[in-house]
Amino acid sequence: MIDSALLNASVSELHQLLTTRQVSSAELTKGYLERIDLLNGKLNAVVTVCAEQAIEDASRADERLTRGEGNILTGIPLLHKDIFCTQGVTTTCGSRMLEHFVPAYDATVVARLKAAGVVMLGKCNMDEFAMGSSNETSFFGAVKNPWDTNCVPGGSSGGSAAALAAGMAPLVTGTDTGGSIRQPASLCGVTGLKPTYGRVSRLGIIAFASSLDQAGPMARSAADCAHMLTAISGLDTGDSTSADRAVPDFFSELTGDISGLRIGMPREYFNDDLDSEVRAQVMSALTELEKAGAQLVDIDLPHSHYAIATYYVLAPAEASANLARYDGVRFGYRCTDPADLEDLYFRSRSEGFGEEVQRRILVGTYALSAGFYDAYFNKAQQVRRVISDDFRSAFQSVDIIAGPSAPGVAFPFGAKQQDPVAMYMEDIYTLAVNLAGLPGLSTPAGLVNGMPVGLQLIGKPFDESTILNAAHRLQLDTDWHRARPAIEDHVA
Amino acid sequence: MSISQEDVEKVALLARLSIAQTDLPEVTERFGRVLQLVNELNTIDTEGVAPMSNPHDMVQRLRPDVVTGSDEREALMSCAPAQDQGYFLVPKVID
Repeated sequence: MIDSALLNASVSELHQLLTTRQVSSAELTKGYLERIDLLNGKLNAVVTVCAEQAIEDASRADERLTRGEGNILTGIPLLHKDIFCTQGVTTTCGSRMLEHFVPAYDATVVARLKAAGVVMLGKCNMDEFAMGSSNETSFFGAVKNPWDTNCVPGGSSGGSAAALAAGMAPLVTGTDTGGSIRQPASLCGVTGLKPTYGRVSRLGIIAFASSLDQAGPMARSAADCAHMLTAISGLDTGDSTSADRAVPDFFSELTGDISGLRIGMPREYFNDDLDSEVRAQVMSALTELEKAGAQLVDIDLPHSHYAIATYYVLAPAEASANLARYDGVRFGYRCTDPADLEDLYFRSRSEGFGEEVQRRILVGTYALSAGFYDAYFNKAQQVRRVISDDFRSAFQSVDIIAGPSAPGVAFPFGAKQQDPVAMYMEDIYTLAVNLAGLPGLSTPAGLVNGMPVGLQLIGKPFDESTILNAAHRLQLDTDWHRARPAIEDHVA
Repeated sequence: MSISQEDVEKVALLARLSIAQTDLPEVTERFGRVLQLVNELNTIDTEGVAPMSNPHDMVQRLRPDVVTGSDEREALMSCAPAQDQGYFLVPKVID
């Protein structure tokens, strides 16, 4: 079994151990596979384990490292969210629709990490088609929060967040359409970054809402996220919305110096929707940043309130178009004994998609249908600009914006399942960031009643470096990101 | 604006989803709650605001029209639930 020193080692420390051959990638990989084996029955965080392939890939990484080749990520194990297409490895997107789908190609994120020599351990559970904030919509059953297995891990990258928090991998990938990296990172006490829209290629990521989807790293620290972000970022001609922007070495930008950094605190993010104890934790994190030389400035994002309505028109509308491809003909689930072609379409889709996915398809179809397009879709796109302009104005007087990542801590299973709108409120502080296409991260900010709280930091477009550096500063000055759930105690 | 069960059935038809009659009241009720939420958009004045479809107002880049991938017909066809000799199989459409 992997020892606790290795389990808590950073990517830089693991790299050091690997290059000096004090530990091999094969040993590391086997250690993490054992841990997945030990804990997954309790957490349901991983849906596919690629043990054989992982050990093979680790040996290949070891050969590279022995020759003195490779880079910072070579030989380091990782879990992918099951939304990333992986050649030859089942990619379910948490849905019955794709239960047996084996992609013919790798997503660009997967290909880039593979080329770097990262070892894929397996694939993480998630809300179906990334639609959910609790992981309860997964066809493969809910993921449990390693801090309290009666509570949700957040979503939709809940499997990734839970696996990371439980030490099943040192690095995991996530995707974030409205908060799906930041909210589970917050609820599981890990660091997660949603990059600027266009920073990371969407090619091979099963589409939910194409103008909002973005993939990003989740790790135990901002520094580890920075390493992964450098590896996955940059232009990909296979994604027509991928941005042609220079990619810095994000790790080397972590100076830890935040003196004079102006941090905006939106009044709208510290309102009555926010749990008072969570607010106190978020404030103590901001006080730490202030002590390190940052300046806290009150700002307004006056149209924040409209983000949720705007998102719940645009995301379902885009989803209804993207999910039209699942017709039971070319790939995915097909119903048995269809009477005719129409029956095949209707039953394949109704049997293949779960309740939340069907609801969003219905809402999206409605918003795009004749007679309602202007009132809903066009209107929401207009409000999207108004919300985006709020951020643009705010960034004239501050460098980054800070607030909570989620309105509370992890909640018990079933608590918000009966009312879709109650569940949607989980993302009130994260949705607007996707609408505006900005980078945002969640970093641990202590515990409330033993459950993790997240501080959200939002940056200017393509300025992931500044929010990562502020999170890094916080992680140099506090131990919040080092807190680990006592999950082994439950197993033993 | 509220929504009726008939409206939901009409939208379901457009979306190629079938809703069991027994589920229809609950589906309609939950659909209605989401609509109530998004109807808040009507309370904001957006006269003259240009709709935003890409957060950076980026124009989609075109790439040269050349063959880039390899022929992966077999691998792609193997994902199909039913196929024969390179064709997707569906129930009989024309008598």
